[in-house]
Amino acid sequence: MNTVRPTGGWVIAASFLLAFVAASIPLPGELDRFRPDWVAMVLIYWCMVLPYRIGIGTSWLVGLVVDVGRGALLGQHALAFAALAYLTVQTHRRIRVFSPWRQTFSVLVFLLIKQFLVFWISGVIGYPPRDGWYLAPAVGGMIAWPLLFVILRDVRRHFQVT
Amino acid sequence: MAALKPSRRIHDLFTVNPHATLQLGLWVALSIAMMTVDHRYHALDGARDVLATAIYPVHYLARLPSDLQNWLSENLAGRAALLQENTRLREKQVFLNVQLQKLTTLEAENRRLRSLLESAVNTPERVLIAELLTVDFDPYRHHILLNRGRQHGVYVGQPALDQQGVIGQIIRADPFTATAILITDPNHALPIQINRTGARTLALGTGHFQELELPHIPNNEDVKVGDVLVTSGMGGRFPRGYPVGTVTKVEFDPGSPFAHIVAKPVAQLDRIREVLLLENVPDAPAPDAPALPGGVAAPKRP
Repeated sequence: MNTVRPTGGWVIAASFLLAFVAASIPLPGELDRFRPDWVAMVLIYWCMVLPYRIGIGTSWLVGLVVDVGRGALLGQHALAFAALAYLTVQTHRRIRVFSPWRQTFSVLVFLLIKQFLVFWISGVIGYPPRDGWYLAPAVGGMIAWPLLFVILRDVRRHFQVT
Repeated sequence: MAALKPSRRIHDLFTVNPHATLQLGLWVALSIAMMTVDHRYHALDGARDVLATAIYPVHYLARLPSDLQNWLSENLAGRAALLQENTRLREKQVFLNVQLQKLTTLEAENRRLRSLLESAVNTPERVLIAELLTVDFDPYRHHILLNRGRQHGVYVGQPALDQQGVIGQIIRADPFTATAILITDPNHALPIQINRTGARTLALGTGHFQELELPHIPNNEDVKVGDVLVTSGMGGRFPRGYPVGTVTKVEFDPGSPFAHIVAKPVAQLDRIREVLLLENVPDAPAPDAPALPGGVAAPKRP
């Protein structure tokens, strides 16, 4: 019965682990304001190419781990990541065949929505963002997306993650 | 992961998840429920403990690059540079020793005077050194994560200092890590005293690392730029007399009853590496302690 088995689960897990590590390494100086949310971007990638493996539930769990790691409210990133996965999974057929520019732009929109959700919740519990800088990581993410996409695609092909 | 049937893969191409919207709704509802419970009742601290312990290695991994860089620069430093640093440190130690001698006499004298006044004697404080793991991702919230937790004796409410002065207090202690809130966090208020006049007030965080706000100081109060602020010991969290900041701006607005006063923290809050956690029962002043001259009514910590 089971002829096609999903393979390379460890590659996905390792990519998330590396993203966690990368997300907590500050960038030099003012650039740090644009530090991309690597975990969210890796999540977008896997939701886009393997939507039947990495979906809303997995993303929610990843978000929960991020909440604990960053000391945020339990559920804050979980909610945002679930929404991010929903958007990606629902549109993955289109995004996958978009031209690189359009794909990057879609990623920017997704990341902006994610940032907005996270900071909206922060605002509810008494830490409203004081300026527009909280959206900067989404811009950083957009700039880093093409590189991340190529790296993850090569990794996926090399390890034949299906 | 569940194995997939071949036919399912083809099927997947067209309908990956027909119930995605419903699923999202359920997860979002769960998140909101969890956040409410976490925020209002702190009932999930146990789960957080378990998860925090599980991801502790990730924090270590994240520190690895910078640790490696420090290790390399320390180990590959030239002999001349090391000798130079050694001389510099030796000079500094002599200098500090001289100051310490003075301090010992002062401390003894202080204790004698206090015993004459029959007020509580300062207990010497024990210090725990913690290192910074990560700074909060949220630029509007000044929280830092430290590499010491309950296992090392960290508790909620413990005051945190660096070499220069007060930086904040512990707000959450997990088994191996702890979160501290900095005095510049918009939700933090620190009971302070102006060292020169003894006027008591609060230092409110503004969300900027270089700014503290001093509310409730009347226009006719004697405050000057350069005045040193120290902890007042009110509220019972912080011991008395630790440096907090210096006044950088005083504006008297005739239209409002209070002056607009801004101070700069002495601790370099945006470049913390090591944190000293004080372990003692803070010596809050006794209720009948003689009021200091010019003291305003001190509000308690909110």
